[in-house]
Amino acid sequence: MLRHRLAAVFAATLLVTAGCGGTTKDSSSSSGNQQASATADPNAKLKEGLKIAYLPKQLNNPYSDVETSGGEEAVKELKGEYKKVGPNDAAASSQVSYINTLIQQQQDVIVVAANDPNAVCPSLNQARAAKIKVVTFDSDASKTCRDAFINQATTEGIGQSLAKMALEQAGGEGEIAVLSATPNATNQNAWIEVMKTELAKPDYAKLKLVKIAYGNDDDQKSFQEAQGLLQSYPNLKVIVAPTTVGIAAAARYISSSSYKGKVQVTGLGLPNQMRQYVKDNTVKKFALWNPADIGYLAAYAGAALASGQITGAEGDKFTAGKLGEYTIGKDGEIVLGPPTEFTAENIDKFNF
Amino acid sequence: MTPTAMKVPPRFNIMKTRELGIVLALAALVLYTTINNPRFLSGQSIRDNLLNTAILAVMATGQAVVVITRNIDLSVGSVLGISAFAVATMMSDHPGLPMIVAILVGLAVGAAAGLLNGVLVRYGKVPALVVTLGTLYMYRGITYSWAGGSQVNADELPPHFLNFANANLLGVPWLVLIALVVVGATSLVMRNYRVGRELYAMGSSPQAAELAGIKVARNLLGAFILSGALAGLAGVLFAARFGTVDASAGNGYELNVVAAVVVGGVAVFGGSGTVWGAGLGALLLTVISSALAVLDINQFWQQAIVGALIILAICADRLVAVRIARSLRKKDSHG
Repeated sequence: MLRHRLAAVFAATLLVTAGCGGTTKDSSSSSGNQQASATADPNAKLKEGLKIAYLPKQLNNPYSDVETSGGEEAVKELKGEYKKVGPNDAAASSQVSYINTLIQQQQDVIVVAANDPNAVCPSLNQARAAKIKVVTFDSDASKTCRDAFINQATTEGIGQSLAKMALEQAGGEGEIAVLSATPNATNQNAWIEVMKTELAKPDYAKLKLVKIAYGNDDDQKSFQEAQGLLQSYPNLKVIVAPTTVGIAAAARYISSSSYKGKVQVTGLGLPNQMRQYVKDNTVKKFALWNPADIGYLAAYAGAALASGQITGAEGDKFTAGKLGEYTIGKDGEIVLGPPTEFTAENIDKFNF
Repeated sequence: MTPTAMKVPPRFNIMKTRELGIVLALAALVLYTTINNPRFLSGQSIRDNLLNTAILAVMATGQAVVVITRNIDLSVGSVLGISAFAVATMMSDHPGLPMIVAILVGLAVGAAAGLLNGVLVRYGKVPALVVTLGTLYMYRGITYSWAGGSQVNADELPPHFLNFANANLLGVPWLVLIALVVVGATSLVMRNYRVGRELYAMGSSPQAAELAGIKVARNLLGAFILSGALAGLAGVLFAARFGTVDASAGNGYELNVVAAVVVGGVAVFGGSGTVWGAGLGALLLTVISSALAVLDINQFWQQAIVGALIILAICADRLVAVRIARSLRKKDSHG
């Protein structure tokens, strides 16, 4: 009887996912759902008064301060108790004693950005043995010692977002160029590869990627490479810089040159760094993941875990307040989503 | 005074041909690039190249003076960093301060850093290479611990500070004007004034200079203070030009500066070369970098080309030294 019901549910999920144009990946995740539903109760209410502790890589780092501020907001919404502790240095083992203290304090959730994927593992597993849920963010711990990992963005998500912004800024057609970091920067190269794959699609047929220049994440060099691009390609419409140094340098150069208004700059940048150039109209749109959302999502994921809504298995679904619904991916990974896009309208809402 | 006066003419002649070499290389490079892409000689491009050179030329000037005394200052990149961060922080906290205050603070921060270098070299009796390698890390470390992960962004800096990098005086950008004045004035002092000739004498033969009654300590401190102060000034220009300053500003610039000085014909063993040659070296390196970006040449080659130029310059150096020695010997035999 039970077997029949399971089979029916499985068939139904298959039908639903097929109906949604699901891929093999989706159907495998729905089988994960079957496993998870053994213990996860999607209808469980989020508990109030949960003790959620944040352990960033180190205190007083502006970036992780923004991340944990999002966490604090979420914990407040969840009516929980927020706590932040952390070492002053990002050494591999410096977080261990903090984890041990948090275990003794009987926290419900530990949200940690691991300084070392393995050094924190024994302590985190002790915490899990004490029924504390462990969520990692920023940099993951080894996947055997945490329940879920908040991934800020996938390589695909960033590459696609870059291609999309280039298309918009170019007005649908024309020459674009990339101003990257160093020629062997792993992240940038991966994003550029995805971008190229995107550009090969019919929607992007009228965009032409003329050159990939490398500014070495150095201001002067990025200036010179931007100048070289503008001289070599008089019809250039957009410079896409998937690095914070490159995008700021390109924007600063163009804002003070005769190319202003003729060539657009877009890519990945920090709102504080780019505010000036968005306000003076050199830059219309750029993107980056929002660090505050990472902390925010981590709190909701932790609460959902602690309330039994999810177990961290692939396919589990939960709702993260203002960010909407999330599904847990392979190996307990939760992807924050496409990067946040910053424009003149919304840039003043961000401070990082 | 007489021996110095006697030595100047032959050296000056040969130097002239050496700087001529840089000018010719520069002309050939510009010509070739312009044939490939006529926009390389457009007004915007010339302006860009001069602006790009300004910061390097200011630093190369101070470095040239130090190298002429048979020393070296490797800390200039870190001094630029600490000065840029100090000035940017000050200007964002007090946006009302005029530009001249920013420049003076930058000069002062740099001069203090240079003084420490000079004192350690002279009174610690440690080779300048080691001292300034140490202070390179020290000054950078101070900047890192001060700045942490923070950076000063363009929107926090007052507009008059940012505009300084693009503003003109009679069509010449201020940055370029400052670089010209620094290179010009220092060249003049080094060539025509007593203290300048003393610095050359110290580099030619430190022992002889000391025995001849030259105030070696004072001059040496002066050279390091100048180099530091100019690196500090470069920090102010850097902050104004790029608008974004974090703790890593100017990281690795010392190598470009030394390269500009060596390519510009200042002998690493001291005692010869000119400041305006170093300025030309800075211009040449900058134009090479811009030209290679325009010519679409793989940037791995770019570094190799700069390296080849340095080796070429040192070979030329050696050749000149041999020639000077030969001509001096001839003179001796005639006299």
